[in-house]
Amino acid sequence: MDMNEIKEIFFQECEEQLAELESGLLRLNDGDTDPETVNAVFRAVHSIKGGAGAFGLDDLVSFAHVFETTLDCVRSNKLEASPDLLKVMLRSADVLADLTAASRDGGTVEASRTSGLVAELEAYAKGQPLPSASAPAAPAPKPEAAPEAPVAEAPAATDDSGFQPVPFSFDSIDGDDELAINAAASVFTVRFKPRSDLYAKGNEAVLILRELAKLGDLQVRCETDDLPSLDLLDPEGAYFSWLIRVETESDEEAIRQVFEFVEWDSTVEITAGADEEAFAAPDAMGEEQPMAAVPFDLSLLEDEPVVATETAAPEAAPAAQEPAQLAPANMPLAAKAIAAEAEKKEAAVPAVPAAPQTIRVDLDRVDRLINLVGELVINQAMLAQSVVENESGGSSAVNLGLEELQQLTREIQDSVMAIRAQPVKPVFQRMGRIVREIADMTGKSVKLVTEGENTEVDKTVIDKIAEPLTHMIRNAVDHGLEGPEKRTELGKNPEGILKLSAKHRSGRIVIEIADDGAGINRERVKAKAIENGLITPESNLSDEDIDNLIFHPGFSTADKISDISGRGVGMDVVKRSIQALGGRISITSKPGKGSVFTMSLPLTLAVLDGMVVTVADQTLVVPLTAIVETLQPEKSDIHSFGPSQRLIAIRDTFCPLVDVGNILNFRADLANPVDGVALLVESEGGGQRALMVDAIQGQRQVVIKSLEANYTNVPGIAAATILGDGRVALILDVDAVVTASRGQPLSPDMMLAATG
Amino acid sequence: MRISENDMLELIAFTLGDQEFCIEVVSVREIRSWTPATMLPHSPDHVRGVINLRGAVLPVMDLALRLGLAPAEPSQGSVIIVTQIGSQTVGLLVDLVSDIFTISAEEIHPAPDVSKTMDREQIRGMIPMDERMICFLQLNALFGAIESEAA
Repeated sequence: MDMNEIKEIFFQECEEQLAELESGLLRLNDGDTDPETVNAVFRAVHSIKGGAGAFGLDDLVSFAHVFETTLDCVRSNKLEASPDLLKVMLRSADVLADLTAASRDGGTVEASRTSGLVAELEAYAKGQPLPSASAPAAPAPKPEAAPEAPVAEAPAATDDSGFQPVPFSFDSIDGDDELAINAAASVFTVRFKPRSDLYAKGNEAVLILRELAKLGDLQVRCETDDLPSLDLLDPEGAYFSWLIRVETESDEEAIRQVFEFVEWDSTVEITAGADEEAFAAPDAMGEEQPMAAVPFDLSLLEDEPVVATETAAPEAAPAAQEPAQLAPANMPLAAKAIAAEAEKKEAAVPAVPAAPQTIRVDLDRVDRLINLVGELVINQAMLAQSVVENESGGSSAVNLGLEELQQLTREIQDSVMAIRAQPVKPVFQRMGRIVREIADMTGKSVKLVTEGENTEVDKTVIDKIAEPLTHMIRNAVDHGLEGPEKRTELGKNPEGILKLSAKHRSGRIVIEIADDGAGINRERVKAKAIENGLITPESNLSDEDIDNLIFHPGFSTADKISDISGRGVGMDVVKRSIQALGGRISITSKPGKGSVFTMSLPLTLAVLDGMVVTVADQTLVVPLTAIVETLQPEKSDIHSFGPSQRLIAIRDTFCPLVDVGNILNFRADLANPVDGVALLVESEGGGQRALMVDAIQGQRQVVIKSLEANYTNVPGIAAATILGDGRVALILDVDAVVTASRGQPLSPDMMLAATG
Repeated sequence: MRISENDMLELIAFTLGDQEFCIEVVSVREIRSWTPATMLPHSPDHVRGVINLRGAVLPVMDLALRLGLAPAEPSQGSVIIVTQIGSQTVGLLVDLVSDIFTISAEEIHPAPDVSKTMDREQIRGMIPMDERMICFLQLNALFGAIESEAA
């Protein structure tokens, strides 16, 4: 495993830690006061810092360090987790995520963003919150003031409050270092006092001392003065400290590095020169002993807190057994009691619910498996077909076997798909950040409520819904929700609520974005649509029709184009990208009460339900989601229109007929509609088209195969699949065909290899 | 790709109509019998369509048409040579695989500059063999454009 792989793992873990961090902060924001939540948040930042340090990602380390310092204050109850502080922390989590991404993918994060937050975090850590942080919702008169606050520089008032930036404590430590080094001989005295957290995290003082011993000669004395009598002893407490005399050729920095991973869980004082006096002090437990010769019962006592708390670490069990086995030997009573305690703790371990067992698998491997299962499904279908064709008097055993095989393949396919199924949680979490950002930008106060974030859907779908979802969330906050003043006026809670929910419904995933804002202003939408020539003033549209006008290309309801959602791409883009995934989107809106966007998506992009049709002797598959209905045209329903267009009358509307065979160049002339079947499809513009095909063969689930893998994309064709007879069938790109029927020919520029 | 004097090349020869061609064996993945291909709309003439190669969608090219010869008429005896061109797998429709042989690079004669359709880039050389003459094709030049276009 080379460095890059390890780094890659680090970044993967970072993502998990960041998710943990954000969800922890959000829990705190919701009023969770469990110290474990604070600890989890702290651990997340600490782990990122630790890993980043190992890879020399300095930006990340220094930011994480400040963040961690402030969190530590919260953890030790020096600082209250006020909503304002949590806002700063959430923004810090966002910046931390950006810094992580920047470290992984290259690129940088604006220094002003980090330095601003660093200043705020430090101010909190010092107990002097920046005023700008206490009112982030109100647009700050001088938004630049805080970010420009110099870090660890000469104090200067940054705003009216007279706040003086305080030099960063980390730096001051460094400053001491330099002094120490300047004065240093090759002897240092180290005082090392672990706190119980050190053991709780699976670290051990012995290991650190051993590490230190690698630097040079050690004289170690364990100070046990703090050890209370047994009845007062906290089994998980830490009572020992060590006085260490290091004789080394390395400098103080090297010694400090030994303690790098425990510096936050212990007190470490390093002074240059020998502190002979301290060593000469009377010592109850023993003389100046090298670590290896620590008396046995001492090591037992020292092990004890580790055993008691270190349940997750693999060393825990053996360590616990050791004292237990040794207990019968001539041991002081106290040690026996401790050993018993340890045993008790050990017994309690299995009661802790085990973390869900997971493995990390390369996505390629899963994809390969999915491909193979796809083959299996195709093969099974081929086998079934050939048995039917060679029907030799109904061999029931064969048929029975085939049926079972079919069931098994279905089950295998479902299980394999389930491997790729992932909860939508990460995407939903990302939306939290987007809501925060836009709420800040627009000066609105928004609370994002998520529901059903553990709903699972194929990874490919997850990757692709993030963008349309982002857009819709932006829209909902920017256009949907009113500002706090307006909301108060209307008697609503000034804080708007945006609800994002996911659930499974009939083999699809349904994602809803509901806001409690103003709802769609139908008058304005209608006026705008008339203005843009989308409808005529006389059009008699239902409320639903008007609401759905916002999905029309180029439609934007915002009076003025805002920076956030009015970028020339409207809801039509969202609709198109959702349709490209085989999904549908709709809106319901109640004036004054808010709007609900509902999108329904297939659970996977690896298979699709399709209608198998024949066009000019070719077999094609039309995605079922695109088809509204199928009908058999009567001669009387067909009307010619213009030179080559034909319309079909469906109930009271006229719908253009599209000859698929002609569009795809399978035949030059137009087929007679009466001989074929019309598939009524919903096209991206919202209008309907009737696709003419020669015949319908049936419906079936097909495995989607890429054409691009060995060829290039083909206009009018979305992908390919393999049917039961082993032949390749093409899956129709309905939108492209409909667009082509409007007179824009399918791109003729792909003259394969003609240029070669 | 430069052919040094001492290189030995393993080639596979096949016929298209009354002419004989060859390509390097290393680029050949397998040889399979002809199965009807599914037509691709809006594709160049020499693209026969796509077939199912154990679950992968394999484009099949009419090599004769690509070289400007009369289009192949697939029959029971026709074969598809499955080749690796760049990162893509492409099937070549030929009439008959005639020979597999090894030659040294110096036996390859430069191609004459006569044809428009079969330009010099697509032909690595001519190989005289017994009474026959075999044209050594450069597949990358013939079909390399697929990849660059898809990219």
